[in-house]
Amino acid sequence: MKQFLRSAIAGVLGLSISLVAVGGPEDDRLAFKKYYENKFPDTPTEDFANGVYSILPAAREQWEAIEEFPPYELAVEEGETLYNSKFANGKSLVDCFGPEGAVRSEYPFWDKDRGLVITMERAVNECRKANGEKPYGWKKGKITAVTAYMSFNSRGQEVKVEVPSDDPRALAAYEDGKEHFYTKRGQLNFACADCHMLTAGALYRADTSSPAFGHATSWPVFRSKWQSMGTLHRRFAGCHKNIRANPYKAQGTEYSNLEYFVTYMSNGLEFNGPAARK
Amino acid sequence: MNRRSILKAAGAMAIALITLPRMAFAAYAEKAFKNKEVDSSLNELFGSNATTPSDEVKLKAPDIAENGAVVPVEVSTSLNADSIAIMIKENPNPLAIVADIPPGTEGKLKTRVRMGKTTLVTAVVNSGGKLYTASKEVKVTIGGCGG
Amino acid sequence: MSSIRIKAKERKGVVDVKTLMKHKMETGLRKGKDGKKIPEHWIQEVSAESGGKVVFVAALNTSISKDPYLSFKFVGKKGDPIKISWKDSKGATDSAETIVK
Repeated sequence: MKQFLRSAIAGVLGLSISLVAVGGPEDDRLAFKKYYENKFPDTPTEDFANGVYSILPAAREQWEAIEEFPPYELAVEEGETLYNSKFANGKSLVDCFGPEGAVRSEYPFWDKDRGLVITMERAVNECRKANGEKPYGWKKGKITAVTAYMSFNSRGQEVKVEVPSDDPRALAAYEDGKEHFYTKRGQLNFACADCHMLTAGALYRADTSSPAFGHATSWPVFRSKWQSMGTLHRRFAGCHKNIRANPYKAQGTEYSNLEYFVTYMSNGLEFNGPAARK
Repeated sequence: MNRRSILKAAGAMAIALITLPRMAFAAYAEKAFKNKEVDSSLNELFGSNATTPSDEVKLKAPDIAENGAVVPVEVSTSLNADSIAIMIKENPNPLAIVADIPPGTEGKLKTRVRMGKTTLVTAVVNSGGKLYTASKEVKVTIGGCGG
Repeated sequence: MSSIRIKAKERKGVVDVKTLMKHKMETGLRKGKDGKKIPEHWIQEVSAESGGKVVFVAALNTSISKDPYLSFKFVGKKGDPIKISWKDSKGATDSAETIVK
């Protein structure tokens, strides 16, 4: 499988197999970043955090019009109220994440004790459960209001996901996410890499596929299509359905590992959520 | 508010409108909103559908809307505007919004509209009883890949 | 809490107002999960006042997007009050006030 993966990646990056990183996540990331910088030379590197708007001027104008008063601001306000609301036991999310919840750059991370990737959504719900409260749904509604507030307060923080070298299971989770990204699936037989790397910027009917570099910086997102906020895992599921693949469960191992890989690839960019997208 | 323009369009309803400060404007526009054609909406609203395209009316709208439910539209004019309206030709009811521009307020309006399909979007500026327009076709597509 | 958010900034004697109002703006064309049409329910009129004077008033149709956004400019200065009100098709009203920055 490793050999297949290397040749798949090599194919996408247009490199000969011998040049594909054996060095690990950092080498992967540098090659990934370089690929997009070469493919879209007019886009300043930090701008990739704005998704498709970093490569499509006409769409960018509409996005900027929406940014004049973006719909996610309503979610941030709602999130502030929820964040500060007391649980039945008198505590609140403040006790877990601090007065403003500006902890976006701490996620996702590899939890050595439990052997799994912890995302910010998971951390929020685990805080609630630990304090005797029911967890929120994973994809929309209150979880997105809370994470919108936390992300808003974290704007500008650097993406710096770590794959600790002293726990081989962390690397395995990263590699699992990476494999997911490069594996073809669904009736349409597309890999994430096909649309978001190999043909990033191409038109699929009337949609332009966004570069995967910068994909993870702006969540949660208000999508015009949803007319509501949604989490990254909500979008992963939507994307799977678009290529007619069965979606995985939100916050399950597959999507958590995928988030781990995709966010690592955006290391060095700044978190800029919540955001408005098509 | 230009009482004269309301009087002209509302005719017999005029007295009632003046004495209803709240919702006067909406009541006046109500019939126009229910209209299914651009020309009859204009008639209902301004008492006339005679329009003149003008360079002094600027309409900013996307060539291709990212999403038909939220299309940002901006109208601005250097003319002395009494009111500004936005028409979306092939919407079930073309008149989307009409704003009264009192003295001291600029002839400028930004909003977000819903468009059912690709069609002509027209900005109408009522200045001194004359109607000036700027139009643009805005394409609305069904995404394709989650759009 | 009000459904109306206002941003009002003065620059060179002109106040730029941006307002976002939380409202479903049901067109009456949408069908619910039971297959029945969801009845129309939308903000019909929005008005803005500053210092006792109406500075803007608009009548909206159902083709204005959900969570209506409006932006306009009027002659004014920092410290002026600005109040925005709406009334919808069910007769409900709301308003919010702020000071121009």
